[in-house]
Amino acid sequence: MAPENIKQVEPGIWELPKSFKEGMRVPARIIASEKLLEEMDEGVFEQVSNVATLPGIQKYAYCMPDGHWGYGFPIGGVAAFDLEEGIISPGGIGFDINCGMRLLTTNLTLNEVKPKIKELVDELYRSVPVGVGGKSDVSVNNKEFEKIMVKGARWAIENGYGWDEDKNNQEGGGLIEGGNPDKVSKKAVERGIKQLGTLGSGNHYLEIQVVKNENIFDPETAKAWGIHGNDQIVVMFHCGSRGFGHQIGTDYLKKMNSVMPDYGISVPDKELACAPINSDEGQDYFAAMACAANMAFANRQVILHKTRESFENVFKKSAEELEMHMVYDIAHNIAKIEKYEIDGVKKELMVHRKGATRAFGPNHTELSKRYLPYGQPVIIGGSMETGSYLLVGTKEADKKTFASTAHGSGRTMSRHAAKKEVRGDELQKEMEEKGIYVKTSSMSGLAEEAGIAYKNIKEVVSAVETAGISKKVAAFKPIGNIKG
Amino acid sequence: MEKYKFLDKEAIADTAYEAYGKTYSALFKNAALALFETTADMSTVEPAEKRTLGLENKDIENLLHDFLSEIVFIKDRDSFVFHEVDVEVTKIDDVFKLSAALKGEPIDEKKHDLHADVKAVTMHMFKIEETDEGYKAKIVLDV
Repeated sequence: MAPENIKQVEPGIWELPKSFKEGMRVPARIIASEKLLEEMDEGVFEQVSNVATLPGIQKYAYCMPDGHWGYGFPIGGVAAFDLEEGIISPGGIGFDINCGMRLLTTNLTLNEVKPKIKELVDELYRSVPVGVGGKSDVSVNNKEFEKIMVKGARWAIENGYGWDEDKNNQEGGGLIEGGNPDKVSKKAVERGIKQLGTLGSGNHYLEIQVVKNENIFDPETAKAWGIHGNDQIVVMFHCGSRGFGHQIGTDYLKKMNSVMPDYGISVPDKELACAPINSDEGQDYFAAMACAANMAFANRQVILHKTRESFENVFKKSAEELEMHMVYDIAHNIAKIEKYEIDGVKKELMVHRKGATRAFGPNHTELSKRYLPYGQPVIIGGSMETGSYLLVGTKEADKKTFASTAHGSGRTMSRHAAKKEVRGDELQKEMEEKGIYVKTSSMSGLAEEAGIAYKNIKEVVSAVETAGISKKVAAFKPIGNIKG
Repeated sequence: MEKYKFLDKEAIADTAYEAYGKTYSALFKNAALALFETTADMSTVEPAEKRTLGLENKDIENLLHDFLSEIVFIKDRDSFVFHEVDVEVTKIDDVFKLSAALKGEPIDEKKHDLHADVKAVTMHMFKIEETDEGYKAKIVLDV
C-alpha cells in the first residue's frame, strides 16, 4: 500500500516528498501505474527513501514499476551521484554485478523449430551448464582470467567465442573501462575462474521464443534490428558474473561498512554501505566492479557462442546460415559514469542501476551506428510462463529517470511461498501442455519461478510507456527454456 | 527446539530464515544447516570429504556472517555440496574463535537433489538476538 503523501507529478510518475523521512536530501520518484503503485510492498517506499539520504545524490531516488524489496536499494532502484561529492554503494548494484540480458535472432520459424524443440533444449542443456555447481568447459588460467577482467566480451570474441560484429551490438561494446585485477580478491578469482559460460540458477534462464506478427509494435525499429515476425524464432538469456561478481560484492560491502565511519557517513541500512567515489575505497570498488562486469559480458558472449553451436548441431546449418545475429546485450545491475544536465550544466554522474536498464534515446553519442536512429534496445524479461519484451529507450528518459527503465516483471511472492503453492514437476508438465518445454536442474527452483510469483509484465511495460521512458518494439512468447 | 525456520514474507526475491541454538556453537551449526538445505537436499549428499576452517572476530554477528560466507565460497571454489557440519565457537579474551569441520562431496547433478545456487549472505536484517532458550539469528541469502 502506497504512503499517504505520495502524489502523482506526471503521467505514470509518483513523488514522495523529502518530508516523508528525516534525512532525505532529494524526493523519491516511483514509476508505476496507480495499480502497480498500490500493489508495491512497503519495503519499496522504505528503501527508496533511504537511498534519498545518501550523500551527493542528484535530483531524485527512483524506483521502476517492477520494483520490490531488495537489500539497501530496492530492486528497480536508480540513483545518480555527483562524482566529487557523491558516494558509490555496492548495494546499489547488487551482488550479481552486471546481471543482464542478451537477445539474438535466427531465420528459423516456429514450424521448423517446434518438431525439434526437445532435441534443441536438451542440446542447450548439455552445452550451457546450469544450476548449483555448473562447471564450465572453458578452461582459463589466472593470466587469461585477468585479461577477461579488463577486456570483457572482447576477450571472448578474440578467443573464438563469437563473431567480430558482436562487439558493436552490446552495451558499452561489451566492456566497462577501468577494470583493475589488483583490486579483486584471490577468493573472487577462485570462485569465478571455473564458471565462464555457465548460467547460474534462481531467475537465470536461456529461453527460445517466437515472434508473432501481432506482437510487433514498432515494425521499422524491429526490422532494423533483425526482427520481422512471421513466427520467427529468437533466443534470450539472463545471467551475470557468477561467483566472481558475488564475491566482489561481498568483499566490498564488508570493506565499506568498516571504513564508512572514517568518512563521517552513516546509513540507515548496512546494505547501503558506501564510500565517497573520490576515495581509495570508492575507486577500488569501481575498478573491481568493472572487472566483474567484464566477466559477465564475457560470460554472456561465451553462452552466445554455445547457443550458436547448439543450433548448428540440431539444424545441421552454420550459425551464419541461420543468421544468428545479436540484437543487443544489456546490464541491469551496474554503476556507470554518464553525462546529464543538472541545473543547466552538463555533469558526469555515477549512475547506479539495481534491477533497472539503461534506456538511451535516439542519437545518443554512446550508441553505435545500428542503434543511433532509433535509441537503445531495452530487453525486459517476463516470467517463464508469460514471455518477454523488447523496447527502445527515449530522449525523455534522459531527463525523467537518468535514462533508466524497468528490467523485468518483479516478484510478488517470496520463493518459499511459491514453493508451497506450486510443485515443480506438475508445473513442468503443465508448461509442456501449453507448448513450453522446460529443462531444469532443480524442481524446487522451477516452482519458485512459477508465473504466479511475478507481476504482470504487460502492466510493467505499459507503465514505462505511460511515463515516456521506453516504447514497445516487440513481444516474445516462450516455447523452450533451460534453467538451474 | 527447532533448528531453523524458513520465512515466507521476509524476502521476496531471496531466501530468509531464522536459526536457533542453546549456545553459539549450536546456533552457528543450525544456521549452516539451513544454508546447506537452501543449496541441496542434505539427505542426498554423502559426507565423503571434509573441509575444515578456523575464523575469529571480536563481533559475534560478523563472525557468523564470515562463517556462512566462507561456506558459500567453498561451494563455488570446489563445486561442493554439504551434508553435515561440526562447529565450535569459544570466546578467548575479547575474541570469538570458530573452528568447523564441514562434510560433503563434489556436486553431482545425477545424485544430488539441487535447489538454489546461493550468491551471497546479505547483511539485510542480519542479527543475533538472545532468547529465553539461547539465541536466534535472522539471515537473508541472495539466491
